Amino acid sequence: MSEPLLQVDDLQVAIGPADIVRGVSFAVAPGETLGIVGESGSGKTMTVLAATGLLDAPGRRISGSSLLRTTSGEAVQLTGASPRTLRRVHGGQIGFVFQDPSTSLNPMLTIGRQIEESLEAHRGLTRRAARSKATELLDAVGIPQPEQRVDSYPHQLSGGQRQRAMIAIALACDPGLLIADEPTTALDVTTQAQIIDLVRELQSARGTAVVWISHDLGVIGQVADDVLVMATGSVVEHRPITEVYYHPQHDYTRQLLAARPRLGKTAGPPPADPDADVLLEVRNLDVRFPVATPSGRSMVHAVNDVSFEIRRGTTTALVGESGSGKSTIANVLTGLLPPRAGTAELGTLDLLHARRADRRRIAMVFQDPFASLDPRRSVADALTEPLRTHGLGGDSAASREERAIELLEQVGLPAEFRLRYPHELSGGQRQRVSIARALALEPEIIILDEATASLDVSVQATVLDLLAELQKSKGLTYLFIAHDLAIVQQMSHNVLVLRDGVVVEAADAETLFADPIHDYTKMLLAAIPPDAPRAAPGGFSEDPATDR
Amino acid sequence: MSAESLTVEPATTRFSSWRLLASNPVTVASIVVLALIIAVALLAPWLAPYGANEINVANQLQPPSAEHWFGTDDLGRDIFSRVILAAGTSLTIAFAAVGFALLVGGGIGIVSGYFGGPTDAVLMRVVDIMFAFPVLLLALAIVAIFQPGIPTTIIAIGVVYTPIFARVARGSALSVRTSPFVQVSQTMGTPAVSILGRHVLPNISGPLIVQTSLSLAFAILSEAALSFLGLGVQPPDPSWGGMIFTAQGFLGLAWWMAIFPGAAIFVTALAFNLVGDGLRDVLDPRQRTIIEARRTA
Repeated sequence: MSEPLLQVDDLQVAIGPADIVRGVSFAVAPGETLGIVGESGSGKTMTVLAATGLLDAPGRRISGSSLLRTTSGEAVQLTGASPRTLRRVHGGQIGFVFQDPSTSLNPMLTIGRQIEESLEAHRGLTRRAARSKATELLDAVGIPQPEQRVDSYPHQLSGGQRQRAMIAIALACDPGLLIADEPTTALDVTTQAQIIDLVRELQSARGTAVVWISHDLGVIGQVADDVLVMATGSVVEHRPITEVYYHPQHDYTRQLLAARPRLGKTAGPPPADPDADVLLEVRNLDVRFPVATPSGRSMVHAVNDVSFEIRRGTTTALVGESGSGKSTIANVLTGLLPPRAGTAELGTLDLLHARRADRRRIAMVFQDPFASLDPRRSVADALTEPLRTHGLGGDSAASREERAIELLEQVGLPAEFRLRYPHELSGGQRQRVSIARALALEPEIIILDEATASLDVSVQATVLDLLAELQKSKGLTYLFIAHDLAIVQQMSHNVLVLRDGVVVEAADAETLFADPIHDYTKMLLAAIPPDAPRAAPGGFSEDPATDR
Repeated sequence: MSAESLTVEPATTRFSSWRLLASNPVTVASIVVLALIIAVALLAPWLAPYGANEINVANQLQPPSAEHWFGTDDLGRDIFSRVILAAGTSLTIAFAAVGFALLVGGGIGIVSGYFGGPTDAVLMRVVDIMFAFPVLLLALAIVAIFQPGIPTTIIAIGVVYTPIFARVARGSALSVRTSPFVQVSQTMGTPAVSILGRHVLPNISGPLIVQTSLSLAFAILSEAALSFLGLGVQPPDPSWGGMIFTAQGFLGLAWWMAIFPGAAIFVTALAFNLVGDGLRDVLDPRQRTIIEARRTA
């Protein structure tokens, strides 16, 4: 390894009474990528923020050393550096790309202006020179028509283009070091694949050192040379990527590797009865939203003539990228949105004109376990609300409480949890409570809208197991909305692929994954990071689809 | 190591709002001052050495002394007794008026924010119109229509403050309405009234509590202003604003006639404001994390 560009030694971070990072050391050399992987709360972001002098939490205490070798050859100590030193280094020597491109770009400035800003500050370019450099950069990151796009505002770009623009800003001054904190987590899988390729290309052309933070081992496998596995603020493993993949030393690494959903590596759900009756029948569903555009109001056709049926006791998956209309369908079925046309029948019930009392026959579990429980209501309150509303679980408060305890047991939580408030639960526990709340309605069908998407992989695996177990024991029917195809394969009997509100392919899961017909389905499957790390011998091929 | 372990730390932070509130010395001091003012107002009939309207012409315009702590006014009435007896009137008007505004304005705001659409449009236009009137002019109009007196003063101040509460409640209700936990309740078929009471109201109580304490301070001032203009509490009943009104004719002769009721208004309004600031810091979750981190560092 050549001389490191960033050398971090025994970095410690404490905020208030809590130790967030405990003695982390690593080094990155030019042209190399260090992957930092870990679950939420493992301290991966804190480590990098502290090492680059960006950590700005009240009551923080940072110790240890973080030496950056600048392009002029001097070594700068970043821990405890003055704001002046940091200003000189940030942007000029270190570029940053964060998770959510829609919040990390300034909505009031054009993309070009935001790139020019750092060129003028660090390179002393004139406005004109900065502008032509900005156009060049937009071209380099693969934004079409850069001469026009340079004058666009962030909201006029797609999510993927915004992240490309973020990368252009980060690389504007040719920094030696690029920090990428979950840069593809908020993006669709096809866009993610493009961004990974883009960063790799730029890196090999410029010799940039990259620190790439991700919770997703699949992504890390595609980008990293070395991997730092973090858990509860400490490094549990720090070795080359292939070693970590094929010979993990630490139990935690093994656990992470085992828990991640992999396409084609998990058995699908147990076969369902093919003669079961049709429970939910959706015909010609059509939803449009009015949106304000510069040229007045126009309509977005969110769901376009969608029809499908779900048999009792089966799981049907709705897959597609963001904006494909998956959640819109869920919201129409649960009465949160009115459709423009179409019918939905649950048995003999007209779902789209159902009375309030009939609403309990269809339940929904939302994506975000932090937002879908009222922070001011206890778990028992959350579970007894549907019981009270629909007169289930007995007439007395005591019998409802008993029912709540029973529901907690069904989702694998102890009875004492009924007294807790949402902030006293972990993400996985909250999602279990959400599932218990859905079960309280004794519904015939449960809609799971990205129900495990915001959970850590190990927690996601246990929640998926729970859902499968409940389906088996209670004969539940699921409408499973997800963007992660590996999970879809694990959970579903049937799959509908949606694109721009249209069903492009509908098949049973086995057929769809073995032999996808539509190009879009093929593209979705191809975009999933391959199972083997890119650095592995024979692990990377030009056509990732042949990998599996 | 996994976040799924069932032994997550149990509740330790549930009552920390009060502990945090108590750890701010300024807030504690203002709460103590407020409590004292309220106690004095309640006990005034027994504490006051003289009656509110005990006229003693021989003793008029006496400066503060051992016998008359705050001096006497143009009719020889004891100003100390009148100040503490007026506290009850001023506080009653402030609490009743703000309570009225909280109930009516808060109700309009919650309904408007939660239901949205035409309901929201109509209610908010009404609120806009109320906002457009100059505060004092609106109060003057109300007092002019009815007879001046304590009930009219309460209604006048209450109506003037209603749109403020409507705005605060609507804004908060709007953001709570679209939160997933409310949507979950909607998909479960929970009746709207129940959603409003169990989920929306508790989650917007923070801003409303803060607005209440700040408005109490302004209500004290508004009452004083109305009484000063001769439209609030009618003489000879004592009120802080009314006493200043009488004092303006004697400012050169007897400064104590204006200073002591003025100081009472100042201290009470300041105490309400400081309690409001303290509550805002504690009830805003983001502020709270910062305070907690600072204290433990």
